Amino acid sequence: MTAELLNTSLQLSVPELMLAVGAMVLLMIGVFTGERSVTIVSGLAVALLIMSGLWLVLFTDNGAAYGGAFLSDPFARFMKVLALIGSITAMVMSVGHARAERIDKFEYPVLLVIATLGMMLMISANDLIAFYLGLELQSLALYVVAAINRDSVRSTEAGLKYFVLGALSSGMLLYGASLVYGYTGYTGFDEIARVLGEGERPLGLVFGLVFLLTGIAFKISAVPFHMWTPDVYEGAPTPVTAFFSAAPKIAAMAIFIRLVSSAFEPIRIDWQQIVVFLSVASMALGAFAAIGQRNIKRLMAYSSIGHMGYALVGLAAGTQAGVRGVIIYMLIYMVMTLGTFACILAMRRKEEGNVENIDELAGLSSTNPFMATMLTILMFSLAGIPPLAGFFGKYVVFAAAIQAELYWLAVIGVLASVVGAYYYLRIIKIMWFDEPAPEFAPVAGELKLVYGISGLFTLGYIIVASPLGLAADIAARTFF
Amino acid sequence: MTDWPILSVVTFIPLVTVLFILPIRDDTETGRRNIRNVTLLGTVFTFILSLFIWAGFDASDAGFQMVENVEMAGSGFSYAMGVDGISVLFVILTTFLMPFCILASWKSVNHRVRDYMVAFLILETMMIGVFCALDIVLFYVFFEAGLIPMFIIIGVWGGKRRVYASFKFFLYTLLGSVLMLLAIMAMYWDAGTTNIAELLQHDFPASMQTWLWLAFFASFAVKMPMWPVHTWLPDAHVEAPTAGSVILAGILLKLGGYGFLRFSLPMFPLASADFAPFIFTLSVVAIIYTSLVAMMQDDIKKLIAYSSVAHMGYVTMGIFAANQQGVQGAIFQMISHGLVSGALFLCVGVVYDRLHTREIAAYGGLVNNMPKYAVAFMIFTMANVGLPGTSGFVGEFLTLMGAFRANTWVALFAATGVILSAAYALWLYRRVIFGPLEKENLKAMLDLSLREKVILYPLIALVLFFGVYPAPLLDATAVSVDALVNQYSASLQAASQLAQGMQ
Repeated sequence: MTAELLNTSLQLSVPELMLAVGAMVLLMIGVFTGERSVTIVSGLAVALLIMSGLWLVLFTDNGAAYGGAFLSDPFARFMKVLALIGSITAMVMSVGHARAERIDKFEYPVLLVIATLGMMLMISANDLIAFYLGLELQSLALYVVAAINRDSVRSTEAGLKYFVLGALSSGMLLYGASLVYGYTGYTGFDEIARVLGEGERPLGLVFGLVFLLTGIAFKISAVPFHMWTPDVYEGAPTPVTAFFSAAPKIAAMAIFIRLVSSAFEPIRIDWQQIVVFLSVASMALGAFAAIGQRNIKRLMAYSSIGHMGYALVGLAAGTQAGVRGVIIYMLIYMVMTLGTFACILAMRRKEEGNVENIDELAGLSSTNPFMATMLTILMFSLAGIPPLAGFFGKYVVFAAAIQAELYWLAVIGVLASVVGAYYYLRIIKIMWFDEPAPEFAPVAGELKLVYGISGLFTLGYIIVASPLGLAADIAARTFF
Repeated sequence: MTDWPILSVVTFIPLVTVLFILPIRDDTETGRRNIRNVTLLGTVFTFILSLFIWAGFDASDAGFQMVENVEMAGSGFSYAMGVDGISVLFVILTTFLMPFCILASWKSVNHRVRDYMVAFLILETMMIGVFCALDIVLFYVFFEAGLIPMFIIIGVWGGKRRVYASFKFFLYTLLGSVLMLLAIMAMYWDAGTTNIAELLQHDFPASMQTWLWLAFFASFAVKMPMWPVHTWLPDAHVEAPTAGSVILAGILLKLGGYGFLRFSLPMFPLASADFAPFIFTLSVVAIIYTSLVAMMQDDIKKLIAYSSVAHMGYVTMGIFAANQQGVQGAIFQMISHGLVSGALFLCVGVVYDRLHTREIAAYGGLVNNMPKYAVAFMIFTMANVGLPGTSGFVGEFLTLMGAFRANTWVALFAATGVILSAAYALWLYRRVIFGPLEKENLKAMLDLSLREKVILYPLIALVLFFGVYPAPLLDATAVSVDALVNQYSASLQAASQLAQGMQ
């Protein structure tokens, strides 16, 4: 690699380099100042992520770096901004909670920064090896974070479960990658697409594709690789769950899109049916399995499974409108889910600590009207009721499916969304129709901020739909 | 013509009113009074402004008027508003009924007054928006968004089985609507636009029309509601607070009929013609069967709810007769039913506020101590029966005439509904108003208060006025309906010529 090429490569990956170097520095600060440093390390970590995001938006050009293994394109930038926003929000939300639960360790923000770095590498990956490296960097950090509350049995169990199943899925993914490499002779996405475009489609390669998609499906918790989700969501400390439900899903969905839209574009017939199956199964399970849940974190786990199903409807279409739909859907999903988790974190009483049963929300509309209104907006939005953002998310993905003539997929999808509406409505019912439960403790300012912004965004999405849609258009055009 | 966006202003004034009442606390009597006053003021102001729409409306123009269009590139829809002869009356009806709803809730709602008023104002914006929207996605947004406040209204301020009723209402109508959403997407991809005016000019392929028609039917039939998907309505009506019932019967039930007129008939004429016998059957069943069911009810609100289903049967029958009389009659019937059934629910509210029961058996002999109430209730009952001289007659007569031209048998069976409606309505009236005044708790009941007079008397005046002089309503709709009917028969003719040419 010539000096000039190296220079370009470095320039394109400045945001990632900032995070990598920054994480090490933060670790040093933490180690040398001890446990007291958690506040300052958290603050610096947020600042670091914001700086990285600003650099990404303002100074990063399009291009390929490190011999084509790392791409900087509009799609990558869009998804990275989403992932960064998700990480920042999760980190802000966790500060107060961590202190109250006495799990405020400086490693936590550092691990989140490292996980975010992994996600950004994944989003930009244009090579199976780069993809795997990003994925593992992210996953290893997440395994530790899930078990961060090491005195809690539930949290350690969640961490362990996540690790075992995650390692299995990584193994499958790696196996798939090796098959793909074996049958095409390349690891770069562009080269794989070129070889496949020449008309070859050996069976072993399809096997490799299936294993690869299995690994990714595990990361986005699509059915039937969703088993870990409810347990981990329930067991992990709530801010960690909030983090899990947003940014890593964005990154995994981004690499899913990139993989099938660039490397495997020539064999769309083969992956389309897999995606359709994942989508239908996720939507159905997400809708039905959540009905019986009383624990709100578990309920949100099933809800997120369902939402990944809806997002995949767009991907199944395999068109520009479809990819655009997935991008918009993920954006909206992330905002809604972060807002909801801010509300869940606010479900806190002085004597009991955090409560997770949905019945604890009873009568919230009279005890805390603002939070109840925001959570109501978010729930209606998750159910996909207009004029809220969730409706427009569903609108774009289903419209893409209709355009691709996947009629029955769309019909199953909308029917599942009606079933799903039931359990969101039940939460609203508990908040509005039931007699008040004891009041929650005063809500921390940062949580109010998060669910306030999230609720207002959801409510006002119809106004900003136009610029966001245009941005998603540009991002989706990357592949077509 | 006005050069300011009057439709948007009228649509969003209620939302602006929400901003005014949000900061007012409702835990003191003064606060509650302020909230009520501001809300009433807001709705009256909306009504007055909506009269400008009426004044500026040119009845000789069949196209859309007062059109606003803001392109929203990248979002997949545009913000387009406009009214024509079919929709303009519904806008006025909505803004007109709203102050009465607020007045009807004046005394009966004391619990969470602010939330109640906010929900109603949001609902008003959504309902006006449905009738003004000229973009099909925007239409859907308004159409569905109305579910949110209605769900809360039934669930928080409703009766004993409010939770069941609110869930049933919400999920039932949502299930119907989502299929329409898919149809809307398919229409977008076929026509390349979401603008209703442009979609009306677009010819959808015949094979596609069937599916699109069915998807729209799924939504509108539930909203309407048509037999056999009407079961949510009695539950929702019975459990909803008085004002909620008024809005449900007065406006929300009209969304289905409006939808049929706006989309099904003009956009899918071939499918509409194919399915007309099917609709006629359902309409006739609705008219006869639900009238019989109504007769056997012992809950006043439930009886009126079933009678609404029967009256909506005339509307669907008139619409799919697809001739001038049928369609005009359907629109007139919807407006008239909006006034009459709304007024009937308000009448029920009057006695419910005093006795807190809706059991028919709990009443009797009210004419002795509530003569004014008895007269008001009688006029609305007669209008519900369709007595000549009341607005109910005009609508029923026109739809029957339209049906007679399309299919004599349908008209014959539908006409029996007139007798049946007389049976249940008069029987209800006899049991509630006449008879001896025996029950002790009834004797203490006072006649109409000033507030109740203000609510009921204008409605009486309108019902009688439109009964003897329906011309203002019929003139407003005539040209648009003409255009609709002509376009419909023209496309049927074109299709049959094409079929002959192929042979």
